[in-house]
Amino acid sequence: MKEIDRAGLPVAHLAAIVPISLTVGANRIVPAVAIPHPLGNPALPKDEERQLRLNLAKKALAALQMEVKEQTVF
Amino acid sequence: MARYRVVHYVNQFFAQIGGEEEVNIPPLIKEGAVGPGRALQQALGEEWEIVATVVCGDSYFAENIETASETVVAIVSSYQPNVFVAGPAFNAGRYGVACGASCSAVGEKLGIPAVTAMYEENPGLELYRKGICIIPTADSALRMKDAIPRMASLVRKLGLGQEIGPPQEEGYFPRGLRVNRFVDRTGAERAVDMLLLKLKGEPFQTEYPMPTFERIPPSLPIGDLSSATIALVTTGGIVPRGNPDRIESASASRFAEYDIAGLDALTPAAYETVHGGYDPVYANEDPDRVLPLDAMRALEKDGTIGKLYDRYYVTVGNATSVANSERFGKAIAAELKSAGVDGVILTST
Repeated sequence: MKEIDRAGLPVAHLAAIVPISLTVGANRIVPAVAIPHPLGNPALPKDEERQLRLNLAKKALAALQMEVKEQTVF
Repeated sequence: MARYRVVHYVNQFFAQIGGEEEVNIPPLIKEGAVGPGRALQQALGEEWEIVATVVCGDSYFAENIETASETVVAIVSSYQPNVFVAGPAFNAGRYGVACGASCSAVGEKLGIPAVTAMYEENPGLELYRKGICIIPTADSALRMKDAIPRMASLVRKLGLGQEIGPPQEEGYFPRGLRVNRFVDRTGAERAVDMLLLKLKGEPFQTEYPMPTFERIPPSLPIGDLSSATIALVTTGGIVPRGNPDRIESASASRFAEYDIAGLDALTPAAYETVHGGYDPVYANEDPDRVLPLDAMRALEKDGTIGKLYDRYYVTVGNATSVANSERFGKAIAAELKSAGVDGVILTST
């Protein structure tokens, strides 16, 4: 992730554990749901779960469009 | 009769409760020493007693750091030990975070000295090293017997209220503390000595090491998303069924890339996870939960993004070394750049 950022490509880190993402040095961090299902929630009905995933993906895309000067948690 | 009391923290695995299927259990108490606590008890000797062991599932702790720490503090408080010990966590990331968080919470809230141990690349180290003594270990539990005596010796010192020397003498990771002390030579003289040694190419020891954790300046944002190509990358181990490139489930030595052109979603019939560090049930039921192909394809179809890049990149982020990760990252970045990708979404479990 840092190497991708270093190469000049903005990268949004959808991370289950935000403190770890901060420690390793991600710049654009989007908190995810949980370790075994960062972009899902098996407790939800299928269509709600898909909507949840879509929203997280949109949030990650919004992070990619945002100018950041330092590590930012969205 | 033991004179000194110790409470020990271990995860569900070392407490022999279970592996990945038990990672969500909240903190619970076991009387006496459990698992590695038995070896620690032996190393500590008769004057010391591990009166209780706190056990918690790794995912429960990592996903509820504050609540879990509070529970651990409450349990520890009820035993009034002389010292609190956690781990060793080796290179288990969630476990390392749990050990670090519970030690620093116990130290801060109860004023009870706390010790843990882990591998130098464990993320728990950078997060919690400032407040607590963390002893270096190897990256795997095979070296348990090397870690235990060193933990025991620091436990004894802390429990007896003895002064703890500097990290290089006592054998724990530097906490970033500066301690005032009197020395014979002024700073100017010491600096010149150091410079002379450096000019001669001889070894010298700095008095103030610079932090080595490198920060990358954030890349510029994407201007027009609707004409941008976005790529997906994951450390969550999602691969075509059968794992054709044989990515390791832990300590990965390779990454792979797979074609997703024309696919609308990842089906459980065709994809699975090979990550060995989390419960695979949910990812195997619907791999989109880790690599959100369905959502990204929908956003491509409705014109939110210009294009979803035709390939995704995957490795397993489970005790994978920093050196390997950097190597994968460089290679992936170079390929994405030359393919004209504008931005990346990287998912981590």
